[in-house]
Amino acid sequence: MTGRILGIAGPTVAVDLPGLRLYDLVQVGESRLIGEAVRLEPGRAILQVYEDTRGLAVGEPAVSLGRPLTVQLGPGLLSGMYDGLQRPLERLARLTGPFIATGASPSPLDPELRCRFTSERKPGDVVRTGDCLGELHEGRFRHPVLAQVSGTIAAIAQGEVNPAQGVGLMADGSGIAACTVWPVRHPRPCLKKLSPTLPLVTGQRAIDFLFPMARGGTAIFPGGFGTGKTILEQNIAKFASVDVVVYVGCGERGNEMAELLEEFAGLSDPWSNRPLMERTVVIANTSNMPVAAREASIYTAVAMAEYYRDLGCHVLLLADSISRWAEALREISASLEEMPGEESYPTYLSSRLAAFFERAGTVRTLNGRTGSLSMILSVSPPGGDFTEPVTQACLRTAGAFFMLDTSLAHRRHFPAINWFQSYSLYTADMVRHFSGEVSGEWGELRGRCQDLLQREETLREVAEIVGVEGLQDADRLLMRLAERIREEFLCQNAYGDDAFSPPERTVALIRELVERYDAALARLKEGALPDELPSTEAG
Amino acid sequence: MRLSEHIYKTVASIRGPLLFAERIARARIGEVVRIACPGGDTVEGEILKIEGETVLIQVFGETRGLSLGASVVFTDQVKKAPLSEEAIGRIFDGSFTPIDGAPMYAAKRWGAITGAPINPTSRARPEEFIETGITSIDLLNTLVKGQKLPIFSCAGLPAKEMAAAILRNARLSAGGSFVTVFVALGLPHHEFSFYMDVLAGMQGNFVAFINRAGEPVMGRLLAPRLGLAVAEYLAFTHGMDVLVLITDMTNYCDALREVSTAREELPGRRGYPGYMYSDLASLYERAGRIKGVAGSVTMLPVVTMPEDDVTHPIPDLTGYITEGQIVLSRELHRRGIFPPVDVLPCLSRLMQRGIGAGRTREDHRAIADTLYKLYAKGRDLRRLEAIVGREGMAEGDRALLDFAEQMEHELVHQGDERRAIAESLDKGAALAAKFAGRGT
Repeated sequence: MTGRILGIAGPTVAVDLPGLRLYDLVQVGESRLIGEAVRLEPGRAILQVYEDTRGLAVGEPAVSLGRPLTVQLGPGLLSGMYDGLQRPLERLARLTGPFIATGASPSPLDPELRCRFTSERKPGDVVRTGDCLGELHEGRFRHPVLAQVSGTIAAIAQGEVNPAQGVGLMADGSGIAACTVWPVRHPRPCLKKLSPTLPLVTGQRAIDFLFPMARGGTAIFPGGFGTGKTILEQNIAKFASVDVVVYVGCGERGNEMAELLEEFAGLSDPWSNRPLMERTVVIANTSNMPVAAREASIYTAVAMAEYYRDLGCHVLLLADSISRWAEALREISASLEEMPGEESYPTYLSSRLAAFFERAGTVRTLNGRTGSLSMILSVSPPGGDFTEPVTQACLRTAGAFFMLDTSLAHRRHFPAINWFQSYSLYTADMVRHFSGEVSGEWGELRGRCQDLLQREETLREVAEIVGVEGLQDADRLLMRLAERIREEFLCQNAYGDDAFSPPERTVALIRELVERYDAALARLKEGALPDELPSTEAG
Repeated sequence: MRLSEHIYKTVASIRGPLLFAERIARARIGEVVRIACPGGDTVEGEILKIEGETVLIQVFGETRGLSLGASVVFTDQVKKAPLSEEAIGRIFDGSFTPIDGAPMYAAKRWGAITGAPINPTSRARPEEFIETGITSIDLLNTLVKGQKLPIFSCAGLPAKEMAAAILRNARLSAGGSFVTVFVALGLPHHEFSFYMDVLAGMQGNFVAFINRAGEPVMGRLLAPRLGLAVAEYLAFTHGMDVLVLITDMTNYCDALREVSTAREELPGRRGYPGYMYSDLASLYERAGRIKGVAGSVTMLPVVTMPEDDVTHPIPDLTGYITEGQIVLSRELHRRGIFPPVDVLPCLSRLMQRGIGAGRTREDHRAIADTLYKLYAKGRDLRRLEAIVGREGMAEGDRALLDFAEQMEHELVHQGDERRAIAESLDKGAALAAKFAGRGT
């Protein structure tokens, strides 16, 4: 199907393509930019174009590709870096140089890649659609190759193959494709959703101990600029106890993506001791790359994450930041001249977000394995104001909320997670798990820790009025201890050895602090002045 | 591609800086047009939107005096800037016309002014130190090549004196060819003559784009893009390290709002358009370094915060895109401290890799951390002092109060003095040593 461009306004282009289906891809203009049909009207269709439309002219051709936005899924995704449309950025750079040119789209999966294929099947076997024909090996991951049609196998490979060429032939002449193509806006199916019961260890004490995250759960952390969202997000990507991490830089800084790639290249996964990049896929759609591709980027990422979940992996999707996605949605909505809702975001913002969060979860996959997809998303509320629509829409669905506090960040308390406002709906299950697996005292210590911090807050208000010196010794002791909990336990230097704290170390640290407090308090009751108490003499 | 220019006399309406033309065949989005009035001047414009045969044109110059009888020439080209290293030492207005009296040079190349995004995999990590000569930046919030670090100021604070100090003093401590691109937007006359004096003292090591307060607002939207096109050319074609200083981004954003309102777009927060984040990012993100290519583009935008409010959309969105911020304080200014940098809310996200042995000095991190820690405690205690009085405080706390005071007067305050990084480090280390063990 071929048509012509009728009108252009920013990222939206009107074309006269009859027979187009909603969300079909269209190639527009002589430079062949890719767009997606977002509105159909009599005689014309409105596209959101994923690339810079500058230079596009009315009357130029528009060609329907007859399919929605899809991703290619198969071996070779891991350790890759893609833009929001799954264009491989490294090969794109080799093709078009250091600046991204429009219209170029190399194949997402490396066409030169070779990997091992093992199969129990042989020519002559009769198979049905969906049967497993064999497995492709990617490091420690096994990608099943499924029969796309029922019939008889004519030829099937064994050993080293090039997945781009397929792995065999059916008797009817169709090839056996090694890779899957999946429409990104469509959730991949599973047999059953299970409730999340296992923790996702992040190595961040403030999260693991106070507000634990579950495998298959969802969490958000909103914070104004300078509160350390990106560093926290990157640290979780480095240390989380999962098999695969999909990291989306959604509308954020280009230098940060360069930094992430360079840093990750030298690190290893603390859980498997393999190079970190072997478990990581990076989607980078920086703030100056086109907004429509930014809107698509989180869907591209979640489709990849679901694919690894279906291999029976525990997958973590990290997005920095979901607010940039929402803003992209708003920009596109405005150029479509839709009726605006709160803060001019479209009214479908919260339902779109809810549907996106719904793609997380622990599942029984179609072939009977258990996999999980967890999401931890950062939110960038304008002016650090959490009453804004994106934070509020996220809060209605997310299972955990780590609130990043500007005043903590100014005091260089990192990660700047506020211990009064944050919460996790997974706490009860996760504490039960940690109590069983790590230390029986986990739950009790957690209660003590929260209690001490709460009492410190009350005392601090008193101290503001009467001065620390006006407090009783026991109260001063408590304040001193709470300060140590904040500085030595809740703070973690993101650059040093302490950046990753396994649960055993986390619980040992807090146990030591609490025991020290109890001992000092006991000595105080006996009339002695413990060493922990600073001198009160005012000179 | 059309082979010749098309001329139409079908202007249907003119509204502010916008012009609608009808019955236009094959217009191109972003295409440059020239609008000529019978017997009058010619102004340039750009196609913003095409709806069938109707096009919406944004006029770069003054629309006063234009009539519906004007003829519009469609050039089939997007807006490009004339690039050449001969731009160095020259002063232009917001439409690239020289205002220094010398004739325009012949371009070696014409480059699109919007630029293309740098492929994230091609970016080299910013990690080379740039010396601004200002201790509160160099020592505590270090600027590195390829970084974008805004200065958040308030009305009435000496942001222009600080910008001037950076223009005069910034250099690479390791040596190398270093050029400053200075972009001034909506400059009132007293600032204009101030900056002209500064530029005159710079021995031609700059390229300046100056849009004055009385000139069309479109120039405010164009000048930063022209400046960045030149900066990218000098950096990535000629291997120079370029520092782009833009003042004042608040005028840029107000121009953006003005044009957006004229286009009848839905306003976002405080009337600024919803796409302001992406628009600002299209400027700020042009800072960077590229793997295997010499040269760099570093950006220091100055933002005046309306009502001193850091949560106002302009500083807020800027802070979300840039890699840190330098914040000026009214209180320090009142106390005669120059530059009045409040180091607590300041941040340089890329400092970590730009300092230490081989970059600045190996004890840099330790000195900066100690100073920050003591100063933060001292500042906290000032609130307590206000309640209980200095006499009611412990000895260690009083030492911290003294520290905060001395840090502001001896380290942050430097007047007209230019400090090399070694000097800043020594001063900082000496101050920290003086108070070692005295604060709790």
